[in-house]
Amino acid sequence: MMDRQIRRLALAFLALFAVLFAQANYLQVFASSRYANNPANQRLLLQEYAVDRGDILARDGQTVLARSRPTKGKFEYLRVYPNGPLYADVTGYYSIVFGRYGAEASENDYLAGRAPELLPQNLVDEILGRPKRGATVVTTINAGLQQVARRALGSLPGGVVALDPRTGEVLAMVANPSYDPNPLASHDPAVVRQARRALLRAPGKPLLSRASQELFPPGSTFKLVTASAALENGMRPSTTFPNPPALQLPNSTAMLHNFGGEHCLGGAAQLTLAQALTVSCNVVFGEIGLRLGAAKLVEQAQKFGFDKAIPFELPFEEGSIPPVGEFAGALSFVATSAIGQQDVQANPMQMALVGAAIANGGVEMEPHVVKEIRDADGRVVKEIKPSVFGQPISARTSAELTAMMVSVVNAGTGTAAQIPGVQVAGKTGTAETPSGKPHAWFVSFAPARNPRIVVAVVVLNGGDLGSDATGGAVAAPIAKAVIQAALRG
Amino acid sequence: MQAATTLESRATRGTQLALTILAVILSVGAYVLVVLGKTGKAPPDIVAFVAAMSAAFLIAHFVVVRLAPGADPVLLPTAAVLSGLGYAMIYRLDPGRAGDQFGWLMLGLGLFVLTLFVIRDHRVLDGYTYTIGLAGVAFLLLPVAPGIGRTINGARLWVGVGPLVFEPAEISKVLLVIFLASFLNAKKELLAMATRRIGPLHFPELRYMGPLLVAWAISLAVLFLEKDLGSSLLFFGIFTAMLWTATGRASYLVLGVVLFAIGAFIGYSAFAHVQERVTIYLHALDPQHLHADGYQVAQAQFAMATGGMVGTGLGQGHPDLIPSVWTDFIFAAFGEELGLFGVTALLLLYVALIGRGFRAALAREDGFSKLLGAGLTTAVALQTFIIVGGVTRLIPLTGITLPFVSYGGSSLVANFVLLALLIRVSAPPPAHAPTRARGRPRATERAESQPTVQTPRGEPA
Repeated sequence: MMDRQIRRLALAFLALFAVLFAQANYLQVFASSRYANNPANQRLLLQEYAVDRGDILARDGQTVLARSRPTKGKFEYLRVYPNGPLYADVTGYYSIVFGRYGAEASENDYLAGRAPELLPQNLVDEILGRPKRGATVVTTINAGLQQVARRALGSLPGGVVALDPRTGEVLAMVANPSYDPNPLASHDPAVVRQARRALLRAPGKPLLSRASQELFPPGSTFKLVTASAALENGMRPSTTFPNPPALQLPNSTAMLHNFGGEHCLGGAAQLTLAQALTVSCNVVFGEIGLRLGAAKLVEQAQKFGFDKAIPFELPFEEGSIPPVGEFAGALSFVATSAIGQQDVQANPMQMALVGAAIANGGVEMEPHVVKEIRDADGRVVKEIKPSVFGQPISARTSAELTAMMVSVVNAGTGTAAQIPGVQVAGKTGTAETPSGKPHAWFVSFAPARNPRIVVAVVVLNGGDLGSDATGGAVAAPIAKAVIQAALRG
Repeated sequence: MQAATTLESRATRGTQLALTILAVILSVGAYVLVVLGKTGKAPPDIVAFVAAMSAAFLIAHFVVVRLAPGADPVLLPTAAVLSGLGYAMIYRLDPGRAGDQFGWLMLGLGLFVLTLFVIRDHRVLDGYTYTIGLAGVAFLLLPVAPGIGRTINGARLWVGVGPLVFEPAEISKVLLVIFLASFLNAKKELLAMATRRIGPLHFPELRYMGPLLVAWAISLAVLFLEKDLGSSLLFFGIFTAMLWTATGRASYLVLGVVLFAIGAFIGYSAFAHVQERVTIYLHALDPQHLHADGYQVAQAQFAMATGGMVGTGLGQGHPDLIPSVWTDFIFAAFGEELGLFGVTALLLLYVALIGRGFRAALAREDGFSKLLGAGLTTAVALQTFIIVGGVTRLIPLTGITLPFVSYGGSSLVANFVLLALLIRVSAPPPAHAPTRARGRPRATERAESQPTVQTPRGEPA
């Protein structure tokens, strides 16, 4: 009788369909993420671009750094950067081909309307049949200050960072060269690729921010760290050190010289710590470094955030100093590191944080560039509260350092930063480079008594002055311009 | 018997009516949702649509009730839901084609009714064995004929007569099932005779294995000449399944698998397009294939994966990124927009249809009816498995349609004719066997010894 076969046939097909069901489960549940996120799958991208992506605004809530414009075509919204290159370091870019970068990346969940806080608004939009709208990101950036910083830096290669030491808010962040994120946001993949290729080939690596991502020897600005270590480890501003014309480096025939081969303070036999910082005496600071030893120097640097992970929304490369072990066979390196040469590296953001700690009674706040998030209807859904990163130095040390930095500006290497009616505190840096054209640095804050702003500037390879450049001549004026604008407004 | 039939009929009639109405409601619902999703408003032709669908399916329902009393009540409504959902999805993908599909749906239902009308007892088909068989093969190989044969998408499966282009393989599928049901039923004892043994398997005389080898040769011919894996696989699969069902000999299954393997190997070695299908199956997501020949399969995978469990929602996904998504790949469109839930619902509908089909085969007493029922059901089941398997990349892709759902007139019409025959098989046949077409006693009469069926002559079995 055929019944047996028919029943078995039916069962066989049931089994086959069970396998089909299993395969569907595989595709749609188990391996769903893997396939859906395959870069060749445009669907998620199309879905993403169907959202009215939120704006990125300056702290005034008005100036638009990035916004979305509806377009015809399969990607429904185009990302537009009205002041493209000016805010590129902050906004990053939003690209079909190359994905997201900068604030566009870190705040993507909000900008794309996906964060859980936006669920109520999303629901309403869904019901009303409106396209999904992303949240607005209000940054801490002061639009006016950003423009001042940009103008002050001009076309000089380097970076400027301005932040509020009390809160860690980044008020301005400018780098040269920078780039225009607009072509990267084009809906035409060919345009995008071409733009990026050009950027990758361009000299100076425009896509890497000199303000926060690239690293350079900080030169004498690192003496702030060395001095901190000294003050935290028993030395006082009045502690004296011998002042030879040059320092004999241990285990080496090399000598450590001062800037320009000078003899600090006209050749005085001894210098105090405070004097040494004021005139930025390499010889004395080399000696201080040797007395402290590698361990204490490295430890202090790390307390400021060097070689640590400092939370920040934008891509940030923290400063670095070789680990203690590396100094074991090379004592002379301790001296050269103490003056911010050798293998010590930093960028304006890192040095601004050092300055901020000093300015804020020894408490280093975490930097942040996002102030608050508002939903598409303007309601604040998230406020970013200031957060402490650490306390690298005591309040007393910070007061002592502040006094020293005031004298740098009043009577030392930083006089170019003087502002009538405001007491500015600062430290210059003129970092030697292999090319002979030094990097010009200036780290400053004002007003010295209750600092409201910290500004760190680096101008690479001396800027206009080339090998004649100094931190005081090239970088300090830029910082002054920014501080003036900040305190005025 | 008559009284029982009437009682039974009334219950099944009621069920079928209810299910058919439900099917129409679901179809209309799907259509409205799609149009709402697309335009934000209800479809302007909603009244006409409801009227047409209701009229068409209710007429079909009444025809079944009148002309095939006692038929399985689930078959028609299930096919109705499938075709309704298919229509809605096609409308979502391409409203222009939806118009065509609607026309074909009406044509299919027309032929459905006609089939039930013309064939009052499917057993009459048993008398035209070889005629039907020849017609089946002829239709299968028709596209090879010069002049009217058309190659579309690399497969020479189509025939164009004037403005009309259709796929004769769909018709031949039905004809060949009828032929096989008749032929195998007549020859089943002969074919089942075991004279040799290899291990646990019994094999009949070599000459009796002829039919299997002929079938194999014909499927290879289809592969060779028409460059179509799908029809070739389907045909051979149906044949093997029916042969096994008729004889009960596992050896035929084994032989079938072996021949299939050999055929697949020959196909793979000899044909670039077969190799291509296998390569795409294995490497669709590799960079060099992803944007080239593997694009369609890759996009289908992405579509289903992006749909996830609940889907993106009708009209919210991007199934249009899959080339020709309205035909073979329509399953992926469901996967993307209705998610695993939607796809499971579709699969369950097919399982219901197939289950009831086999049930109908079991319910009948005579060999021809059983084989016919089993064969028709196998055709739908295997076709569905092959295409869903291909779309989900369980097996290599072949170019066949998803029954009742895919865009395609030939497929839709042929499947409704198939459905009519299946419904006919599911209904208890009239008391008298139909008169013979030829003088020789039909094998079915010889084989049967059912008291309800009166043989005209008292021939010994």
